Amino acid sequence: MTNRTYGTRLPGLPDEPISGKLIVVEGADGSGRSTEVALLREWLEVEGHAVVDTGLRRSTLVAEEIDRAKQGHTLGATTMALLYSVDFADQLENKIVPALSAGSTVLADRYIYTLMARAVVRGASRDWARRLYGFALLPDLVVFLEARPEILLHRAISKYGSLDYWESGMDLSLSRDLFESFFLYQDRLSKEFAWVGSEYGFHRVDANRHPEQVDAEVRQLVAPLYVKGAAGRASRSPKIPLRRSPRRAASA
Amino acid sequence: MIPEAPSPTHGFPGRLFVFEGLDGSGKSTQAALLGKWLQSQGYRVFFTEWNSSELTSETIRRGKKKNLLTPTTFSLLHATDFADRFERKILPPLRAGYVVVCDRYAYTAFVRDAARGCDPAWVRNIYSFAPRPDRVFYFRVPVAVTLKRKIASRLKINYYEAGMDLGLSDELHDSYERFQTRLKQEYERMAKSDGFTVIDSSRSVETIQAELRAHVRPILENFPTGERLMHDE
Repeated sequence: MTNRTYGTRLPGLPDEPISGKLIVVEGADGSGRSTEVALLREWLEVEGHAVVDTGLRRSTLVAEEIDRAKQGHTLGATTMALLYSVDFADQLENKIVPALSAGSTVLADRYIYTLMARAVVRGASRDWARRLYGFALLPDLVVFLEARPEILLHRAISKYGSLDYWESGMDLSLSRDLFESFFLYQDRLSKEFAWVGSEYGFHRVDANRHPEQVDAEVRQLVAPLYVKGAAGRASRSPKIPLRRSPRRAASA
Repeated sequence: MIPEAPSPTHGFPGRLFVFEGLDGSGKSTQAALLGKWLQSQGYRVFFTEWNSSELTSETIRRGKKKNLLTPTTFSLLHATDFADRFERKILPPLRAGYVVVCDRYAYTAFVRDAARGCDPAWVRNIYSFAPRPDRVFYFRVPVAVTLKRKIASRLKINYYEAGMDLGLSDELHDSYERFQTRLKQEYERMAKSDGFTVIDSSRSVETIQAELRAHVRPILENFPTGERLMHDE
């Protein structure tokens, strides 16, 4: 991959080209993300590639703060969005970049897109969120697992026995009813993902199907990345969004 | 009752005064004195300092102790801390129409992060939720003076404060001086671009305080005092 970020210099990013591949799997809770990441990892390792997993909220730097904040439900939307960005930056610099530099494939179970969508649904401007994550590395491939809300609901209930407070967006006060809030929230998120996806160049994969069918399609997207020589690129590569809006004068 | 005339600078009914400058420039002393005076004049005053939020201060301390932070995580962690402080402590009184006095504001992050090599436009965007203050007082002081004060106070210079993470020098005092010089250059540049009111901090405490009060008085002309906020006349 190239050492390209989404437009902002990342201090300390190595100058020499990074040889590993960065593959991102995005999708709502219940879209089969974790299952797909596990299947993909297995397959890549059998193919002979070193694979490193990463995901959100796995950095030790602020994991406790995030957990505590979620328990208390007291943080403002901007603070929460920034707290997640610390977690992401820490993993990017301390895990993702070193792994890629060592030639490994990094499989990211969600990336900046989920964080951006969540922040925007909670009132942040798209422009603010996009620029905040300008330091993120451009992945080689972003797979977006797309499933209908009813399917997400059934998978969530069969997995956890109930609906999660945050995955139902209860902090947004869309409805006091958990069930209704879940649908309202997932609807907003998926609208936001549709925008992020078109801006950033996602590969949408129909995740309403059986995991094996999903995996077969994802493998077809991943395989070209490892073709030696001129190819080595996905048929539809992630892209840097166009900056349509002129830079606003910072208000601070 | 909320004052009817919003600030021409940020549009909120309250007023926002910010104190910026290097460590040891005397700004904290002056900010506290100004706050006290404003209170004595009957204004409702809220006073906040950088790093007074509880949310991430533990992490910042831990991260700093173990020297775990990169320029990017250092910047984002402080932004998180500031956002928490802003959403909780600065914005509500500003909206309610009080006078808010801040010992350090987003500008501290702008200079510090720029000195660490972060993209200035990126940092500005992150803090774009923070409105422009009614007035920023920048305390100008020679770096040598701050170092002398630092040594006299017997406070230990910490790793990040000295910019040791930048590898400017292996020696703590030398690194501190070089790093503070960078910060000062950024402050001086910003004093022009962002229209700071420059305060020459080499003068006596009393002289400086009198000057600050003279700057603040016209901004608070016709601004309601606490009494008038809490009762009808």
